[in-house]
Amino acid sequence: MAQCQLAFDFRFYDFQTKNMKLTLKIWRQKNAAAEGKIVEYPIDHIEPDMSFLEMLDILNDELIMKGDEPVAFDHDCREGICGMCSLYINGEAHGPDRGVTTCQLHMRMFKDGDTIFIEPFRAKAFPVIKDLVVDRSSFDRIQHAGGFISVNTSGNTIDANTIPVNKKDADDAFDAAACIGCGACVATCKNSSAMLFVAAKVSQYALLPQGRIEATDRVLNMVSQMDAEGFGNCTNTGACEVECPKGISLENIARMNREYMSASLKG
Amino acid sequence: MAKSALLKSSIAKKVAMALSGLFLMLFLAQHFFINMTSVFNSDTFNSISHFMGNNPLVQYVIQPILVLGVIFHFTMGIVLEFKNNSARPISYAKNNGAANSSWASRNMIISGAVVLAFILLHFYDFWIPEMVYKYVDVNPLNETRYFSELVHKFESPVRTAIYCVSFLLLSLHLWHGFNSSFQSVGFNNKYSRSLHKLGYTFAIVVPFGFIFIALFHHFNH
Ligand code: SF4
Ligand code: FES
Repeated sequence: MAQCQLAFDFRFYDFQTKNMKLTLKIWRQKNAAAEGKIVEYPIDHIEPDMSFLEMLDILNDELIMKGDEPVAFDHDCREGICGMCSLYINGEAHGPDRGVTTCQLHMRMFKDGDTIFIEPFRAKAFPVIKDLVVDRSSFDRIQHAGGFISVNTSGNTIDANTIPVNKKDADDAFDAAACIGCGACVATCKNSSAMLFVAAKVSQYALLPQGRIEATDRVLNMVSQMDAEGFGNCTNTGACEVECPKGISLENIARMNREYMSASLKG
Repeated sequence: MAKSALLKSSIAKKVAMALSGLFLMLFLAQHFFINMTSVFNSDTFNSISHFMGNNPLVQYVIQPILVLGVIFHFTMGIVLEFKNNSARPISYAKNNGAANSSWASRNMIISGAVVLAFILLHFYDFWIPEMVYKYVDVNPLNETRYFSELVHKFESPVRTAIYCVSFLLLSLHLWHGFNSSFQSVGFNNKYSRSLHKLGYTFAIVVPFGFIFIALFHHFNH
């Protein structure tokens, strides 16, 4: 007989309080050039089952009703796949939960009466556009520098599955490809380093035969673009791996270091 | 690839930091074993010290590399710290670093600065007099002076205390530095777990061993 499993973490569920009253301290900044500051907003009637972004939606409804400017924040899929929803919540990228993006974070992770700091991802390479929205196009430029393979798509394209790939390499490449380019690794790193993101992209291709052909140029170009964007240097604190919503491992950074050193010696 | 681009790259700097760190750890390990002999047998300590102090390979090849290694490691460490700080011009109002990383890993600049201060003191206190003794005053060889010199250094409680505190910070520096250097040179595989344990053991045994040697001589002589 099929068994029903309750996949719910009761540790964080406060059964007593269905209505949470919170104090939000949110970074407000009119535009890229303006000076920003933390503004305090009390909020009531928040339910533990709401997602964090739903809580912000409620705040924005209230602000709009009052005739105030709503808080600008990034979001798109709201199911943890697009990587848009950033936010540094109570001192952690995507808040206190593990393996989730902000859209997957629920209010049950907080307690009634909590004060919650909500700040934009901070890095020179991620400038604030407005309030909590940051410009992550530096990631796009790194991708453009080498995060692809060149394939003739004239109609004779060979099916990728015709080339046998070692299972371990295929799995590792797949794990690396899980990176959604959210930028939490940069936001959480004390050095604002983009190494985990770039390492995931480099590894994803380096592990597969289709990616090997351009592997040397790829790693050199992506790293040089990463440096040009003004990200800091990795010092292996490992914070990125802990905060990454997709569990991208530090092994990828070690692989990129190897790839980079052998590519520079070759090139 | 142009070599200048390689030298400017973040990964090359990271690998260079790791290699200089690995070299300094090797030096530390041999220094530790030599000093440890002083606890057991003063003659052994004297003869090894005499060998190290008068062997041309050690004196004219390894010693200059060591001095350059120390200078490179701390200069690069300071340069990278400034560069990394400037990669985040506005800091967070609330940051919970402890949630995802160790204190030791986030504060290498602090533990490094204390260790550097100690190295400078050690140079002033030991290395410069030793160089003057050998190469400026050109004293006659004395194969038995080393042990008494060592013991003499640990007479003062203040000096011994400074020594112990510095080595506590060195322990924190190695706690992160040992494993970090292997990760930087690209070593991350099925052996890494065992290597991490070795790293943590090294970070405890070597600095606390030095502290033990200092306290042993302080209280025994
Ligand atoms: S490595 Fe992880 S934290 Fe960094 S961008 Fe990719 S998914 Fe986000
Ligand atoms: S909104 Fe798409 S991952 Fe959160």
